[in-house]
Amino acid sequence: MARMKFLCDADRCIECNACVTACKNEHEVPWGINRRRVVTIADGKPGERSVSMACMHCTDAPCAAVCPVNCFYTTADGVVLHSKDLCIGCGYCFYACPFGAPQYPKVGNFGSRGKMDKCTFCAGGPEADGSKEEWEKYGANRLAEGKLPLCAEMCSTKSLLAGDGEIIAQIYKERVMKRGYGSGAWGWKTAYRETIES
Amino acid sequence: MAFPARVLRLAVGTWILLLLVLAPPVPSTAQQVNPTASAVKEQQLLQELNRIEGRVSIPDQRSGVLEQPQGRDWRAFHNVTLRWIGGVAIVGMLAVLVIFYLTRGMVRLESGRSGRTLVRFNAFERFVHWMTATCFIILAISGLNITFGRPLLLPLISFEAFSEWSQWAKYAHIYLSFPFTIGVVLIFLMWIAGNIPNKVDVEWLKRGGGIVGHDQPPAYRFNAGQKAIYWIVVIGGALVAATGYGLMFPFYLTGIEGMQLAHIIHSVVAVLFVAAMVAHIYMGTIGMEGAFEAMGSGEVDVNWAREHHSLWLDEQMARTGPNDSQPQPRHSAAPAE
Repeated sequence: MARMKFLCDADRCIECNACVTACKNEHEVPWGINRRRVVTIADGKPGERSVSMACMHCTDAPCAAVCPVNCFYTTADGVVLHSKDLCIGCGYCFYACPFGAPQYPKVGNFGSRGKMDKCTFCAGGPEADGSKEEWEKYGANRLAEGKLPLCAEMCSTKSLLAGDGEIIAQIYKERVMKRGYGSGAWGWKTAYRETIES
Repeated sequence: MAFPARVLRLAVGTWILLLLVLAPPVPSTAQQVNPTASAVKEQQLLQELNRIEGRVSIPDQRSGVLEQPQGRDWRAFHNVTLRWIGGVAIVGMLAVLVIFYLTRGMVRLESGRSGRTLVRFNAFERFVHWMTATCFIILAISGLNITFGRPLLLPLISFEAFSEWSQWAKYAHIYLSFPFTIGVVLIFLMWIAGNIPNKVDVEWLKRGGGIVGHDQPPAYRFNAGQKAIYWIVVIGGALVAATGYGLMFPFYLTGIEGMQLAHIIHSVVAVLFVAAMVAHIYMGTIGMEGAFEAMGSGEVDVNWAREHHSLWLDEQMARTGPNDSQPQPRHSAAPAE
């Protein structure tokens, strides 16, 4: 079984936001929710880098560990998903998440955040693959169709890689070898407790 | 005449262009630029600031925080530390009370009942007490459910049932915080006069408060133990309310670290608060004969007052009966005689 991961090659990301747009369109994500975003660090300064970030589908995911109602589960592909039927919108996953992935449909005052929403690695939710209920709650299930996440597919510079962790790590290593530099796999140490030596 | 000059210019231009196109590439190893040499480094940023923040072009500016690994510390607190603190405090308090009850038993009225009563808490005081108490119990149960429900209750019922219950418990927790907070404010204002610590409390504590042993140290309206409960309610209530509202209105007051800290304060104070209230409930019910009626009917037996609040009884008697020290209409206070 594959262990699905994201890898953003920050040396290639041009902050075009195609991943963000692709995600929003593919899953018809409502206004105000961003399952993926591009953060530019040291904007306008030498050494500026942009990183596309969503849920990293962590190993031993903190969100799953702190959820009071245990609504998270990890698929056989290592994708961290959750059940919106069980979610009570308490916001604990948001406190624990290192990447700011959990999103809430409402402003959140008086605890009325609504059901949490986050990147599903285009793998839907606990409902039957490709069902109407799954689509309405979680968006498209591309993995069930044999496709990889659309954000990475759409990436104009192929900066964002999505797929089996070992394969994308290999691709990244080859790139670093060939071009002679690389600023590392952003978030990997926090999410997977490992990093790619380059 | 102009013709050869143009031909010459064209020929020279073509020759230069050809030279440029066919020129061998500059040896790349000699002066290769490494763009990552000056690039921002993830581990370096994390070590310096413990978080990585940048600019985003979407409207939600808070999503500019790329990485905040301190969520890991909060997780360890929530899943391990808090459960230990809460478990030890609450189960420990229950154990102490059970042992205490089995060894010491109920604090009896040594002189029996006189049959004469006097007003200890008027209707308004009792209303505020029970409003706050009811809210507190629901807040405590729903709050403990968030921390202890998953390991203790979830294995016994289905995921759906537990989620449904937790959802309602969450709404109860949020909306009952308002009457609870009002109750704490009223308690603070209503009983502050009798709860300033003084020399009598030192004496009371030295003599074990009449709880340990069978002594009956003098006390005014509130003894040192009750004053402790009062200040736990006022200070603990203020802390849980302030941090709770901070969590209820995310990002109004603090960012994510502030909310993690607010949650830590909220939950630690809350579990200690629950432990203290377990002791308070014990003393007000099975722990002491004649104590419950103070908050039940509002009237206590004169002998109870003599044994536990002798100085308060003297004060009341000096007023020749009616409790006009209480904020109540004169006609509603039945004379002691």
